[in-house]
Amino acid sequence: MAQIELRKLVKSYGRNTVIHGIDLDIADGEFVVFVGPSGCGKSTTLRMLAGLDEVTSGEIRIGGRVVNELDPKARDIAMVFQNYAIYPHLTVRQNIAFGLYTARLSKAEKRKQVEDAAAILGLTPLLDRRPSALSGGQRQRVAIGRAMVRSPAAFLFDEPLSNLDAQLRAQMRIEIKALHARLGTTIAYVTHDQVEAMTMADRIVVMKDGRILQAATPMEIYDHPGDVFTARFIGTPSMNILAAQAEGGAYVPAQGAGRVLAGVRPHDLIVGGDGTGLRLEGQVTAMEPLGPETLVHFMAGPVPVTASAGAHDRFEAGQTVRAAAPVDKVHLFDPATELAIPRG
Amino acid sequence: MSAADIAPPLPKGRIRPGRILTWTLVFIGGVIMVTPILFMFSTSLKTSGQIYDLRLIPARPTLDNYIKVLADGRFLRWFVNSMIVAVAVTVSSVFFDSLVGYTLAKFRFRGRMFVFLAILSTLMIPTEMLVIPWYLMSANFGWLDSYWGIAFPGMMTAFGTFLMKQFFETVPDDFLEAARIDGLNEFTIWWKVAMPLVTPAISALAIFAFLGNWTAFFWPLIVTTSKELYTLPVGLTSFAVEQSIQWEMIMTGAALATIPTLVVFLALQKFIVRGVMLAGLKG
Repeated sequence: MAQIELRKLVKSYGRNTVIHGIDLDIADGEFVVFVGPSGCGKSTTLRMLAGLDEVTSGEIRIGGRVVNELDPKARDIAMVFQNYAIYPHLTVRQNIAFGLYTARLSKAEKRKQVEDAAAILGLTPLLDRRPSALSGGQRQRVAIGRAMVRSPAAFLFDEPLSNLDAQLRAQMRIEIKALHARLGTTIAYVTHDQVEAMTMADRIVVMKDGRILQAATPMEIYDHPGDVFTARFIGTPSMNILAAQAEGGAYVPAQGAGRVLAGVRPHDLIVGGDGTGLRLEGQVTAMEPLGPETLVHFMAGPVPVTASAGAHDRFEAGQTVRAAAPVDKVHLFDPATELAIPRG
Repeated sequence: MSAADIAPPLPKGRIRPGRILTWTLVFIGGVIMVTPILFMFSTSLKTSGQIYDLRLIPARPTLDNYIKVLADGRFLRWFVNSMIVAVAVTVSSVFFDSLVGYTLAKFRFRGRMFVFLAILSTLMIPTEMLVIPWYLMSANFGWLDSYWGIAFPGMMTAFGTFLMKQFFETVPDDFLEAARIDGLNEFTIWWKVAMPLVTPAISALAIFAFLGNWTAFFWPLIVTTSKELYTLPVGLTSFAVEQSIQWEMIMTGAALATIPTLVVFLALQKFIVRGVMLAGLKG
């Protein structure tokens, strides 16, 4: 169990700085998900935490101890990799036991720990198989088992579910979350999938271009995104953002001076709705019936917009629709800085 | 993906011209390679009077040559010498070539490329030229006419280092980093994690090293002077120089000499196949 602190963390490759002095505190037992597009520095941050990449400047503390100069093995962390990194020449049992390679335990103790971890992960019947005889989800569970047996102070996950299909991914999300609830170990988890971030995290850290844009609970980020990028990145379908200005109490699309960026989530922008926060009108380009609701894509002037309609509403391409969102669902951003404008 | 996935099945009852050409070429190649070996076995079963009778199946096959060769203590001695040298060189070159190849493939350090190119450049120098410095080295260090003298040039090879480097580059870093986080030291990571992942390369290198040294003639001939230290290929030629060329004895010795190479190949073949299967795995 450990608290993790990042202080002014910088990573450069030659003149190219990829992490620009980030600060973050991860509480003991917290599940923190780093999310962002490729190249945002989330994996680099995790690798510095693990000790696989050197820190250029700044400080990493795990459990109050500065670990900058410590080898990975001395940091009391365990890591699960994107492509599992379980050894094809070893059985499941041997793979999990690999986590205890340097542990000073008797054979019987090691065996017991391996079997306990396997039982928790549902791998008991597979212990003597080789990885080639396992499914992707099972392989990832083996990788998690190898990390678990060490009872580390913190788990680091580097996009562990990226190689799995959608269904397995959904299942593994629940399993990893349940595992966290059971073990209570600090977890730093990297993903580019905002659904994973939303569903698993105690706190989401949104990163872009080597900087932290926002670190907050999933609902805080969803309800109050700090900037345009975060607003678009978190939530599917992504938030509509368009230049707008106040007119008769509501925001309407606008160009030119005096405008702001108005954002509204498709789910809050109702076709035929009577909201008074934002009103849009345009011609339908496409329609996606999802079951519980129908997504309607239309052009609000030059801007493509997604709105939602009733499950059984149907629209023709070219048809003109009106959509509106309530005041409290409209997010306003400064067009120059793209930062959220606090509501007064 | 297996070969069956790549090649579409042949339609029944139709033979494509491409196939006929392929089979013809393979057949000709096979005949060219197999004929001398068949004649070697055939001659080894003939008496000295029959050797110019070019029939493949001897009129009166005899095992006398085998009895003579095996009863001759020299042959056994040379066989053992060859075995000692070939095994030592194989083990040594697999060990050192892998170690150096792994270092060049997986560690970033100043001068890495220079070291690699320096090693690689020695591949361009023919053995005939290397023999001179080898000989001078052996003479200076007192290695002439010793097992060490025969073995040392092959104990670490540029080719093996290159081969192993290329294979280690295909091992994902995640494997090594996972082991690093698990607390293994770098040597153990190489031995316990990286090496088992490149078994096909190790098998191939072992076959090359063993065959290369088992059949080596030029250097052992130069470095050895006492007959007790001859390797098999060098020793066999002494059947040719003493009184007259005893073809049947040379062929019998050569036939016996092929046995270890067959054993090594058959023993390592399954690792190559298994290794290829491993390489196809994700994770």
